[in-house]
Amino acid sequence: MALEKPYKDVPGTTIFDSEMARKGYHLNQFCMSLMKAENRARFKADEHAYLSEWPMSEEQKQAVLGRDYNGMLALGGNIYFLAKIFSSDGKSFQYAAALMTGMSEEDYKAMMVSGGRSPDGNRYIGENK
Amino acid sequence: MARITAGIGASHVPLIGRAIDTGDTQSDYWKPLFDGFDFTTKWIAEEQPDVIFLVYNDHATAFSLDMVPTFAIGCAEEFAPADEGFGPRPVPMVEGAPDLAWHVAQSVIQQDFDLTIVNKMDVDHGLTVPLSLMYGQPKKWPVKVIPFAVNVVVYPTPSGRRCYNLGKAIRNAVDSFDEDLNVQIWGTGGMSHQLQGPRAGLINQEWDKRFLDRLADKPEELADIAHVEYIRETGSEGIEMVMWLVMRGALGDKVTELHRHYHVPASNTAVGHIVLESQS
Repeated sequence: MALEKPYKDVPGTTIFDSEMARKGYHLNQFCMSLMKAENRARFKADEHAYLSEWPMSEEQKQAVLGRDYNGMLALGGNIYFLAKIFSSDGKSFQYAAALMTGMSEEDYKAMMVSGGRSPDGNRYIGENK
Repeated sequence: MARITAGIGASHVPLIGRAIDTGDTQSDYWKPLFDGFDFTTKWIAEEQPDVIFLVYNDHATAFSLDMVPTFAIGCAEEFAPADEGFGPRPVPMVEGAPDLAWHVAQSVIQQDFDLTIVNKMDVDHGLTVPLSLMYGQPKKWPVKVIPFAVNVVVYPTPSGRRCYNLGKAIRNAVDSFDEDLNVQIWGTGGMSHQLQGPRAGLINQEWDKRFLDRLADKPEELADIAHVEYIRETGSEGIEMVMWLVMRGALGDKVTELHRHYHVPASNTAVGHIVLESQS
């Protein structure tokens, strides 16, 4: 019997469950390696070469190179692991969050200061706004 | 005898730590947030707890995908602030309370909760930001800390009900420790926030406030909240609020609410804070 996943109908959200954790194992462990300064330096010096040391899919590698965070989430990345990539780039959580929503950082920040994104219209996929 | 006298709920947003570390707490952006902790910093200076049982989550810092413990209790003599990618926070070493920690581990495991015993672990912002919020910037933390890490990152995460019942088991454990200690339990994380995907930035003030409204007197209702409700209503990272239920469970049936504060935003997050005194 398949496990229940009642969260599949929440829009714009990827839950890091067993399926995603398996899919993204090597991607996330690559991210963890960036916690060490020497690894960050090697990654920065030659991203292609560093990524080739990890048994990740070609799609995952391309998503890392393109800093496509929504793509990485879909390929099994978890946001706390992916944070090691944007931290290595000197970027903040708010920068990454804005990027994933397709907003400018300025607009995203203004949205947060005015109370954040409302849950209304954002609870179910296909919900009428 | 040791006793759990009070509980604190508080968010643990990393940027709050940065605001403290860089002396930016009085700026227009941060002042309203920090003002809400004035009560607690004074209160805790009078209470002088001996040990904080600090419930938090690790953010892919000490635990990678190599090992994912659901509940991990820190039994070491000390815990170093972690380097989360740009150097460790400039905060003191965290001194453990290994006698009490091992006692709690033994007692709670015998009450059928399977804890992972951790003897070496760096602690990230999830643990150090709440300490900074309550104690400011001392040279040495004036309290011992038992780090208690809950997995809220990799699903399946424990249910709210399980966390609440675990809190009760922790209370039993502390009650049976012979040394005379004033122990507080802190539940950290939350409140509503989502850090990932096109729905990032979700905040649900109404839901958060109803959670705070019920924490003192209707914890049973909160314990029944399903994971999918946290995700849908409070964003994917709102699930951290199950850690507040460990705290509430450990305070006994009757509590008095001493203080409450709610502020939006800190970075991407709705910040909640509550102080509860145990009356049992």
